[in-house]
Amino acid sequence: MSFDFAVILAQGPKILSGIVVTILIWVGGNVAAAVLGFLIATLRRFGGRGVDVLLQVPIEVIRGTPFLVQIFLLYFGGPYIGLRLDPITAGFIGISVYGAAYYAEIFRAGYRSVPVGHVEAAECVGFSRNQIIRFVLLPEMALLVLPPSINMAIILLKETALLSLITVPEMTMTVSAIGSQQYAFVEALVVLALVYWALVEVANWLGRIAERKLSKLSA
Amino acid sequence: MTDHAIVATHVSKQFGDTVVLRDINMEVERGKVSCLIGPSGSGKSTLLRCIAFLEQATSGTILVEGQPLGFVGDGKDRRRQSPAELRKVRSKIGMVFQQFNLWPHMTALGNVSAALRRVRGMSRSEAEDRAMRQLDHVGLKERAGHYPSQLSGGQQQRVAIARALALDPTIMLFDEPTSALDPELTGEVLSVMRELAAEGMTMVVVTHEIGFAASVGHKVAFLDGGKLLFHDTPEAVFQKPREPRLEQFLDTYLDRGAAMLK
Repeated sequence: MSFDFAVILAQGPKILSGIVVTILIWVGGNVAAAVLGFLIATLRRFGGRGVDVLLQVPIEVIRGTPFLVQIFLLYFGGPYIGLRLDPITAGFIGISVYGAAYYAEIFRAGYRSVPVGHVEAAECVGFSRNQIIRFVLLPEMALLVLPPSINMAIILLKETALLSLITVPEMTMTVSAIGSQQYAFVEALVVLALVYWALVEVANWLGRIAERKLSKLSA
Repeated sequence: MTDHAIVATHVSKQFGDTVVLRDINMEVERGKVSCLIGPSGSGKSTLLRCIAFLEQATSGTILVEGQPLGFVGDGKDRRRQSPAELRKVRSKIGMVFQQFNLWPHMTALGNVSAALRRVRGMSRSEAEDRAMRQLDHVGLKERAGHYPSQLSGGQQQRVAIARALALDPTIMLFDEPTSALDPELTGEVLSVMRELAAEGMTMVVVTHEIGFAASVGHKVAFLDGGKLLFHDTPEAVFQKPREPRLEQFLDTYLDRGAAMLK
């Protein structure tokens, strides 16, 4: 038995469109997840004890259930409550919500890492709450939240593979379909693995650049 | 207009069931220096933090330059000030912390100019000019581009003093400003504070530096168990300690304190 990658690579345009869908959902979903997670963490930090406890519940539910179950519930269960989503929208929402729960915890840890005194000093010179977040808390936590955020981005990329199961035309779906048509399953899986890995390395590389820039700023 | 910069009346503070301040009445005259001394847990830092509005007194009133701080009225009629009113009163106060609390991601110049730009709305160059003058004032012009981690503790504390002074407060509060410093570095901070006092700044200083309290303080307040036991001239407090509790507290310091009083 010999590997024949030619039959896979001959379908270049189809593979490429799958990669593009994956990247769009990943980057868009990751950004939405980070923003949503940051908002949740910020509400929990400043919203008082009631809000803090209340927001803990959805985070626990999301973190406590498998991503596959969540997207099945969203995509196949949604119509029961009148929520009809096309696969790509469902996938995007799924990734955003799933990621937000984790990002919320990353930013919560970030908020806790900044000494109370630094916030008090900002209060004493007249900074408003938003200014304290923007000019003191965020920059001070940046270096700390960066590595877990890159980690999270990598995990989210690989979770997008599951979106093939709700028929999102991302790269796992397109490449494995090609593999079935051409009777080249293994070759298809190898190509898939390599592309995911390449994307992960890109994320790592960007993360390292950001880390270097940030550490220079707070030398 | 009263000539008191700070008037605290019947100020009490409780954390849960723990009473930290009991019915404090204290006045600080404009242009004078009051030093708060007392054993740890006596409430002196809490009193200072109430004046900075970092803690809220459970009851009582604090007037800053004749204006109520944080609350209007007392007892049942006590209501919170609007954020704008509160900001206005607080802008008269500069605060210096034991742990300096400089922002580590900004240079010395950035620390001092940040509020000038973001709060006072100055242009960058205007704010930095003014910040530079303040750094010069505390002898750190050459260190303007350094980050806090590149400065000694004494230098960091001087930057923190410059940061507070840049906003033109009429009152400066110091919460154990030299307690985190090596004895060697304590001197440079105390001399900046001495200069400030000589320029007529109203100051309230929580300190363990009895020598500083004796020589720079116009008044010395002694707190114990949340009560203000004395608020009098250093001579009255140090030379003939009458209260047994004060005598006991001063025993540990008497040698140093007496030396300063010659």
